[in-house]
Amino acid sequence: MSRGRVAGRVALVTGAARGQGRAHAVRLAEEGADVIAVDVCADLENVPYPLGTAADLAETARQVERLGRRVLARQADVRDLGALRAVVDEGVAELGRLDIVCANAGVNQPAPAKDMPESVWRDVVDIDLGGVWRTCAAAIPHLIAGGRGGSLVLTSSAAGLKAYANIAHYTAAKHGVVGLTKTLAQELAPHRIRVNTVSPTQVDTPMIMNEPMYRLFCPGVAEPTREDFAPVSQAMNALPVPWVEPRDVSDAVLFLASDEARYITGVALPVDAGVLIK
Amino acid sequence: MPGRVEGKVAFITGAARGQGRSHAVRLAQEGADIIAVDHCADIDTVGYPMATAEDLAETARQVEKFGGRVVAREADVRDTGSLRAAVDEGVAELGRLDIVCANAGILSNGPSHELSEQTWEQMIDINLSGVWRTCTVAIPHLIAGGRGGSIVLTSSVAGLRSYSGVSHYVAAKHGVVGLMKTLAQELAEHSIRVNTVNPTQVDTDMIQNESMYRLFCPDVENPTREDFGEASGATILLPIPWVESIDVSNAVLFLASDEARYITGVALPVDAGALVI
Ligand SMILES: NC(=O)c1ccc[n+]([C@@H]2O[C@H](COP(=O)([O-])OP(=O)(O)OC[C@H]3O[C@@H](n4cnc5c(N)ncnc54)[C@H](O)[C@@H]3O)[C@@H](O)[C@H]2O)c1
Ligand SMILES: NC(=O)c1ccc[n+]([C@@H]2O[C@H](COP(=O)([O-])OP(=O)(O)OC[C@H]3O[C@@H](n4cnc5c(N)ncnc54)[C@H](O)[C@@H]3O)[C@@H](O)[C@H]2O)c1
Repeated sequence: MSRGRVAGRVALVTGAARGQGRAHAVRLAEEGADVIAVDVCADLENVPYPLGTAADLAETARQVERLGRRVLARQADVRDLGALRAVVDEGVAELGRLDIVCANAGVNQPAPAKDMPESVWRDVVDIDLGGVWRTCAAAIPHLIAGGRGGSLVLTSSAAGLKAYANIAHYTAAKHGVVGLTKTLAQELAPHRIRVNTVSPTQVDTPMIMNEPMYRLFCPGVAEPTREDFAPVSQAMNALPVPWVEPRDVSDAVLFLASDEARYITGVALPVDAGVLIK
Repeated sequence: MPGRVEGKVAFITGAARGQGRSHAVRLAQEGADIIAVDHCADIDTVGYPMATAEDLAETARQVEKFGGRVVAREADVRDTGSLRAAVDEGVAELGRLDIVCANAGILSNGPSHELSEQTWEQMIDINLSGVWRTCTVAIPHLIAGGRGGSIVLTSSVAGLRSYSGVSHYVAAKHGVVGLMKTLAQELAEHSIRVNTVNPTQVDTDMIQNESMYRLFCPDVENPTREDFGEASGATILLPIPWVESIDVSNAVLFLASDEARYITGVALPVDAGALVI
């Protein structure tokens, strides 16, 4: 039996096909957890960059298995509560329990609030806030039934704690996640289930490493690249780094998921290179 | 497997007992050497005894048990000279400095308008200015090391919300949060991170004493640890009376380690939900 920091636990991770979700799945597996990995694995109409694919999700599963952990990987959209419930139920039946939830799936589609098509507003809020609630709703009955407490880690953002122009929907949704966290912390404390957020600054994933995002950050550059984006991104952080790596967020998730944080609940933990105090 | 702070050196104030000792031992378990500092003398406006020289020696023994080297010195966080001597000697002997835990602190209580000038002043001088002094003697070593670093200041939930009867403590602990944010700005260019931990009640001598029992249980004639536990538990969400020193140490370890290499300017509650109750 592994002596990892979450040894023997089972973690549900949404948005697990790539990016931070994959990093969370792998980091938790390194420390002894089995994983229920969920992703939509399809592009969405109102998202201007490609999302994770079935091949990506399979690769996450392979990486978890290579660490000697079990994995159940399924396609599901966090807008579909029925699909989420089915996956979580199946995962718990197969892996035996549920202890940790990473409600991580999310999207963005920048636009000024006044020009934003209603469908864009609706999809971003429905995925980034509603999807987090649905993930929790599908998981909580299993956590309570387990009777061993648990740890929910909801992925908010620095945009859940401060404003960013051109992403009103995202900022509203991510602020909403912070509010949801606090209420869930209240509701679930009697069951020793803890609820916290991680609030990252820019993370090096396809969500920000894409053409429309480069254009938003570098309005003066004709064909902006990752290299043009880096100094602009770094200027927002206090620490001399352009962005953080998915693994940095995973280390925070691992801490919150583990018993080291057994009395931490209702907290928004920035992993933000100082963006909030800059 | 290497420890999570293997080969680093940590400077810890208030290290003779309580949370400070726990931080020293936890960091040593994960591979750090320790510069341990405590005043080891009572303070006249405080209604419970401070740690002793023997306590500090016991901390040193426990650090050595985990294979950590230790430099333990008596120093008062109100006295920059004694602090600087301790940290300078520690760095000379242990070779470097990476982590600072500005943890020393006191607690007293009374309605704001009835606090004596001396009670107010000692509180601010130890719990706020003492933290600043600890940082000022340590920062030159961190910068000179050129390897970044992690400063963890001990604030409190009282640094993020108010509690009646301890306005001087609340003011000092809020001040620590403000100091932390400014230091985070000033030191970011050196990759030195600055954060606070903000505990709720922790099971140490600071709260396990007669005067705290009375403050929390005004209606009980001779309040006991159990009475206090009930009143204390009612101020937090999780079904426990208080947290243990180890819980704060685990948060300090996380912030001190490279796992938190991009976390700075953050107030991290270890508060069993006291802030969202
Ligand atoms: N990258 C950043 O700069 C950054 C900063 C702060 C917060 N975040 C948040 O971190 C989380 C993870 O994002 P990432 O950076 O890894 O980006 P990413 O685009 O690489 O990963 C997001 C994953 O979520 C999946 N997903 C999207 N919509 C879904 C849906 N409706 N149902 C199920 N799965 C869906 C995608 O397929 C993708 O695999 C998101 O909540 C995001 O808002 C990202
Ligand atoms: N115990 C709690 O409920 C609680 C809650 C939140 C925050 N805190 C904070 O945690 C820190 C540690 O307190 P603790 O709970 O371990 O209490 P403690 O009384 O057991 O330890 C405090 C230590 O600081 C030392 N000290 C006091 N004044 C000093 C000075 N002027 N110079 C050097 N050393 C001095 C004491 O000798 C003692 O060893 C304090 O800053 C306290 O305010 C405590």
